[in-house]
Amino acid sequence: MAKITFITADNEEVIVEGTQGSVMELAVQNNIKGIDGDCGGVCSCATCHVHVNESDFEKVGEPSEIEADMLELEDEVSEYSRLCCQIKVSDAIDGITLKVIEE
Amino acid sequence: MNKSALPDPFEQARLDKGFGEMNDQNDPVKILLRLKDVRKSAKNWKAFQSGGEEVGRIVVPSEVHIRDTRQIPFEVDPPQHASYRNLVEPWFKRPLEKEYQDKLKAIVETVIEGALKEDVIEVVEEFSLVIQSRALTVLLNTPFSESKTWIDWGTHVFRSEESALDGDKANILYDYIDNEIDRAAANPTDDLYSKLLASEIDGRKLTKEEVKGVMILTFAGGRDTVINTITNTIAYFAEHPESLKRIKENPEITNTAIEELIRYFAPLTHMGRVVTKDTEVCEHAIEAQSRVSLCWASANRDAKTFENPNDVVIDRQINPHVSFGFGTHNCLGATHARTLMKIILGVLVNKVTTIDILDHEDNIEDLDQFKRKVGFHVLKVKFNA
Repeated sequence: MAKITFITADNEEVIVEGTQGSVMELAVQNNIKGIDGDCGGVCSCATCHVHVNESDFEKVGEPSEIEADMLELEDEVSEYSRLCCQIKVSDAIDGITLKVIEE
Repeated sequence: MNKSALPDPFEQARLDKGFGEMNDQNDPVKILLRLKDVRKSAKNWKAFQSGGEEVGRIVVPSEVHIRDTRQIPFEVDPPQHASYRNLVEPWFKRPLEKEYQDKLKAIVETVIEGALKEDVIEVVEEFSLVIQSRALTVLLNTPFSESKTWIDWGTHVFRSEESALDGDKANILYDYIDNEIDRAAANPTDDLYSKLLASEIDGRKLTKEEVKGVMILTFAGGRDTVINTITNTIAYFAEHPESLKRIKENPEITNTAIEELIRYFAPLTHMGRVVTKDTEVCEHAIEAQSRVSLCWASANRDAKTFENPNDVVIDRQINPHVSFGFGTHNCLGATHARTLMKIILGVLVNKVTTIDILDHEDNIEDLDQFKRKVGFHVLKVKFNA
């Protein structure tokens, strides 16, 4: 199981728990503001952009080339940016904090 | 086994130069073909404008001579774009609600059950147009009976047999919308017209002209595109019954299957922009005030990003297609379209085992340098339970 903290664009902190699927799906199930996941998780819509907390980035890892190409064009992209539909929920990411970019 | 295939006519030009050229009513268009260029240009709304002075110019073929009403929010750029988009966005997210989905499901079930009883169905007119029109009553929250009028218009609101652009046919739609706006102004209901008429933007009421702009966009943007998507879906499953079976047995792949079909079909081939300053794409100079188009259909087959781009891989996991556009002006109706597809697939896998194609006539778009099959003029099939 993984416990994940989302910080929304208006600075609300929401802690959720999950065991499977993607972080985007977990966020949508928990109505996290700013994570829409329009394309259902195929890395097409870029409506699940987050900044991973710097100290957690190693747990999550670098984006794939295709994801990086998408991120490159996003507003407010940073070196800790990820599209969270591409992050799998697992024990490995337990305790991470994600800052949601969209309002 | 290739009637459902939509070949990629752009490959060679995409590899060689990265763009193609089309003359459209003496207002030429440079067609951008590579995924990265298309996405980058779609994001750069300042240099690649949608909201210029000449209303209708970004559409290819250009509607400058047949339309004066600005489509909203589509032909408005930031920062004004956000006010309009934020206003209409919640309405166009209603497809996520269960009540909305139940209505769509009832519509789709009725049409598919009816089709199963027939020896032959012409999919474009008797199936796709019917589902599209009835589903639009749910999106607009108008009476179901309105769909009869829209079905009677035929498959092309803007087009006739003779011409890709037909001012007289377009006027049928514009006059209809004017009448509906007047009707809603006199007797408001819970429909989209009434909702828009009662809305405020930047501290003032929307004008009738602005309401008309949203309604034209909704009617025009979601008609041929949805009809082609549904028709191509039926053709695909007719030739790939194993995919229908696989989705039935593994419903968790429904989402990747829908996104993949939408990537492959690219129901809108391309959309134009007006270049605001001298710029360069693919090392090619593009002059200020000229037109480019962003070719979603070509970008979706770019082998630099998509493995086996010309195959339909229904469990494709990473699928950064641009069938709904990209960036600021991405498709407002995408949630409706995706939801409708989810429901159609759900009903198909439960009620239909095989589909036989009996007759077909391809619908091929003429982009001068490229001829692209976008769907069918005629597709006669037999649905089998």
